[in-house]
Amino acid sequence: MATTTQPQTVAKSSTSLSNEEILRYSRHLIMPEVGMEGQLKLKNAKVLLIGTGGLGAPLGLYLAAAGVGRLGLVDFDVVDFTNLQRQVTFGSDDVGKPKTEAARARLSNLNPDIQVDTFETKLSSENALALFKDFDVIVDGTDNFPTRYLVNDACILLGKPNVYGSIFRFEGQATVFGMPEGPCYRCLYPEPPPPGLVPSCAEGGVLGVLPGIVGSIQAMETIKLILGRGENLVGRLLLFDALAMKFRELKLRKNPNCPMCGEHRTINKLIDYYEFCGVRGEEAPGPDVQVPEITPRDLKSRLDRGDDLFILDVREPHEFQICNLNGHLIPLGELPRRVHELDSSREIVAHCRSGKRSAEAVDFLRKAGFRKILNLKGGVLAWSDEVDPSVPKY
Amino acid sequence: MSVKVMIPTPLRVYAGKRDFAEFSAATVGEALGGLTTQYAELRKHLYTEDGNLRAFVNVYLNDEDIRYLAKENTPTKDGDTISIIPSIAGGASQNAI
Repeated sequence: MATTTQPQTVAKSSTSLSNEEILRYSRHLIMPEVGMEGQLKLKNAKVLLIGTGGLGAPLGLYLAAAGVGRLGLVDFDVVDFTNLQRQVTFGSDDVGKPKTEAARARLSNLNPDIQVDTFETKLSSENALALFKDFDVIVDGTDNFPTRYLVNDACILLGKPNVYGSIFRFEGQATVFGMPEGPCYRCLYPEPPPPGLVPSCAEGGVLGVLPGIVGSIQAMETIKLILGRGENLVGRLLLFDALAMKFRELKLRKNPNCPMCGEHRTINKLIDYYEFCGVRGEEAPGPDVQVPEITPRDLKSRLDRGDDLFILDVREPHEFQICNLNGHLIPLGELPRRVHELDSSREIVAHCRSGKRSAEAVDFLRKAGFRKILNLKGGVLAWSDEVDPSVPKY
Repeated sequence: MSVKVMIPTPLRVYAGKRDFAEFSAATVGEALGGLTTQYAELRKHLYTEDGNLRAFVNVYLNDEDIRYLAKENTPTKDGDTISIIPSIAGGASQNAI
């Protein structure tokens, strides 16, 4: 587990701006809501970004542009080709580099006057408190439930505001947790969803620009907190529906019985968040369904031999358009209603993109009495790797 | 009392891809009951086996969390909107499918 940190300079509080800084931030300084006083607050602020991905991209860019004096970036991931659809801090040349390194280069180029510290590490109960304590504001741009609870709890224990944003396909949420009079994440969601119950398989994907919008809202809230201006999202859950282009707002109340931030705290230290969320190991949550499988090579051999196999494709219609194995398409969500389209006397091979959804389909059909049914291990992705590279991966 | 129930993205797949449904209901519980009767697959995502609303699913009547009102007995009136807000976590990347 790599941990790269920049040498920690003990920052003196700045009391002035150079002529160059005054020119750089002139558009801030000419507004009474910011002025010299506000810009100095930004210069002296220390903000930690948890995650430098879809949300972290606009966050890092706008906070650097605004002159936040010290930015910390926490991410253990490397830049992947598929990230470029939305993680706009990175360029094509960055594929394969650690995200913190690529982000630091971009942000330092945008604003060489700020200090960018990188933490190429996985945030955990062991390191969170030490990492957070030197920063004023924590911004949560992570992508999994255990880390959401971890960030929340660490912020409450340390008394730091937590600027929260999250996205799913074309919807987003934003709010500010962790203020003394406001709620925390556990007030909103006392319990995490058990893995496998929040559908993520057939509903994956995201409009690239969506985290751009939600991350920018988080950057705005962070700057307002630092400046002490405007009305912030404490106690307000901002909901954004990108397709309808509608913003809505719900009231978030502080739960007086919240075990973390309520009147009688019962949680006084960080816990095992993976256990709390019912997730084992480091893989994305999802029950490991054990079903009989067939590898792509074996399937190809059997098809070439002329075996009478029924190929069941449980993906969505728009995926079928990308590529298909000439299967009979019944999206997973429709399977219970359309099971009569299947003949249990025939041997069926079910597939999806990666093998996860089709494993659920096979499990469901076996419980429904189907005996001759196999899951294509690794799905279309493995078929492309092992049998037919002309089939596009997505 | 005609109320609108907004269906969040992660659950639309179980509700015929609809983003909202309208029901005649006098309480929040009745409206949700109408929803899970029309879309039976939604039931297990919203309710536990003992018939309680799942803790990671929040239900709002207009802009108030029903936990701070009368929960499922909260009375509704014409034109009210019920929102179901499940927890979502996406941010840095999306779960693999």
